[in-house]
Amino acid sequence: MVEPRAPGSPILSVRDLKTYFQLDEGIVRAVDGVSFDVQAGRTLGIVGESGCGKSITARSILGIVDKPGRIVGGEIWLRRGADQPVDLATLPANSAAMRAVRGKEIALIFQEPMASFSHYYTVGNQIIEAIREHSDATPRQARDRAIALLDTVGVPQPERRIDEYPFQLSGGLRQRVMIAMALACDPRVLIADEPTTALDVTTQAQILDLLRGLQQQRGLALILITHDMGVIAEMADDVVVMYLGRAVEKGKVDAIFHAPRHPYTRALLRSIPSIMAAPRTKLATLGGSIPHPFNRPAGCPFHPRCDAFMTGVCDRAVPAALAGPDGSEVSCFLYGERP
Amino acid sequence: MLAFTVRRLLLAILTIWVISVLAFAIIQLPPGDFVTAYIAQLSASGASVSEAEAVSLRELYGLGQPFYVQYAKWIVRVIAGDFGVSMEWNRPVGEVIGDRLWLTMLISFAALILIWGLALPIGIYSAVRQYSIGDYLFTLIGFIGLAVPNFLLALVVMYLSFRFFGANVGGLFSSEYELAGWSWDKVVDLIKHLPLPAIILALGGTAQLIRIMRANLLDELRRPYVVTARAKGIPEYRVILKYPVRAALNPFASTVAYLFPYLVSGSVIISIVLSLPTVGPLLVRSLISQDMFLAGTIVLLLGALTVVGTFISDLVLMWVDPRIRHQLD
Repeated sequence: MVEPRAPGSPILSVRDLKTYFQLDEGIVRAVDGVSFDVQAGRTLGIVGESGCGKSITARSILGIVDKPGRIVGGEIWLRRGADQPVDLATLPANSAAMRAVRGKEIALIFQEPMASFSHYYTVGNQIIEAIREHSDATPRQARDRAIALLDTVGVPQPERRIDEYPFQLSGGLRQRVMIAMALACDPRVLIADEPTTALDVTTQAQILDLLRGLQQQRGLALILITHDMGVIAEMADDVVVMYLGRAVEKGKVDAIFHAPRHPYTRALLRSIPSIMAAPRTKLATLGGSIPHPFNRPAGCPFHPRCDAFMTGVCDRAVPAALAGPDGSEVSCFLYGERP
Repeated sequence: MLAFTVRRLLLAILTIWVISVLAFAIIQLPPGDFVTAYIAQLSASGASVSEAEAVSLRELYGLGQPFYVQYAKWIVRVIAGDFGVSMEWNRPVGEVIGDRLWLTMLISFAALILIWGLALPIGIYSAVRQYSIGDYLFTLIGFIGLAVPNFLLALVVMYLSFRFFGANVGGLFSSEYELAGWSWDKVVDLIKHLPLPAIILALGGTAQLIRIMRANLLDELRRPYVVTARAKGIPEYRVILKYPVRAALNPFASTVAYLFPYLVSGSVIISIVLSLPTVGPLLVRSLISQDMFLAGTIVLLLGALTVVGTFISDLVLMWVDPRIRHQLD
């Protein structure tokens, strides 16, 4: 599916992506038909509880899903300037073509800045490696560029820090270095997988500010994966709400927050702690827990936890995505046709 | 870092001293002494020793003195480089041990190199291709290597090579070089004889180290930093070799410390079976005859070598692991 390359057309289009894990006990449908678009200069927030397939979606885009996971269906179209768009889902994981995309055009920022660096090499070594992989830079040039990058992301004394090991840096600094590493080759798409989860609140705000600033400067398309609705409200332009590998609701951030349609989205919003709430009131929680992957409920996967559950409807069929105004979508039998 | 090295060095010296005391004490533990063993040996062959002779022999070796006096006399001379006279051989201990010490070292070192050379690539392969046919095959061979006592293996190999190649695989030298002085030809002869005992000695250790490397690497392969490296677009083989293998190497490097004594003690029985001119058989014999200066010297030297090996592996570990290095600064 080649769409016209109009200005404002998405850099990355994911269509009906399916990534399954073939285990001895059965098939785990980690990502089960997710579609979304990412535009330059805009932020797409992907939100959901842990285990809903957010991270696997990100890894599928880069072709780095761990075995036995595999993309079994769908398309991932990357548009690159005047060239023909390329479907990343068809590229073999370890092919040169896929590796040229990884880090160069689409870069990833990880959740745990501590565990995501190797402690046997200096941070400089790990940044320079990315630069030299995708360019002809000499070691000297690559080092200068790495220092400049560290400076950009607000690492003080970059000339000194570049020769330090990750364990010598604080959590916030490590995440800044991680961002510098992701920016090493000037990617057009940046995927941040829970970039602030492991950080304390003040550092979180600084890192989010940094990401927003970098996005504005460079016109990055940002995919922000988080379970934190607060982060979504602050950062995202568009939102995809995921549940059990499916996108249950999509829309502009204002619509999601002010007129949520899917019961799951509403439940997530209710569970945000509010500073306005009366003291000592219990925070609303989402009843139940995510079903075991081998024990997927029939029908709408959310129905056992849903407060709008309709017997004989929701447990029979999977609701299809229903398009709404302004590009929004919702997959719920409360709207549209019922079986 | 210097302070760490100095502290380690002092500890190493202290350990060697403790080993010397223990070695000397353990050798004296069995009832009787060299003279009783000597008399028993002589009367077994029909000769007899008079009481006066026995007393004068004990006098000669200072056997009647208390333990700490004997030990003090011995250790003072050892520090001066004089290991005493072997009672059984009636020759200086240094002369009796002769080339055997470094031949033991040579065989152990050859086995160590072999263990590393085999275990490293096989361990990496087994982890990266976990549950593949190759992995199962190496696991099978590894467990056989681990389960079969290596003296048995030595016997089997000896039998097979004698039966099918008509070769006598015992010893480290061909008969014409055995008593000859050192020459280039003798060295070549030694190198030709070295692989077989080294392989037999290395087999058990290799199996063990393959398992260690495989387990370490499996742990590391699932770490987030591997995904980070992949996300940078680096080719898979470089991702594996630069990151998880590097991390898995650390515990691997520290295995040298315990592998070395394992090899030295493991070589005793193999050396007897393959009649290798190492210190192993000499040690066994000296212990039986209670030849305490010879036995003490061998135990002390082997202990010291092990301590030195551990010290070196500590230094190597400090050098390769930036975390240890920086903790010390």
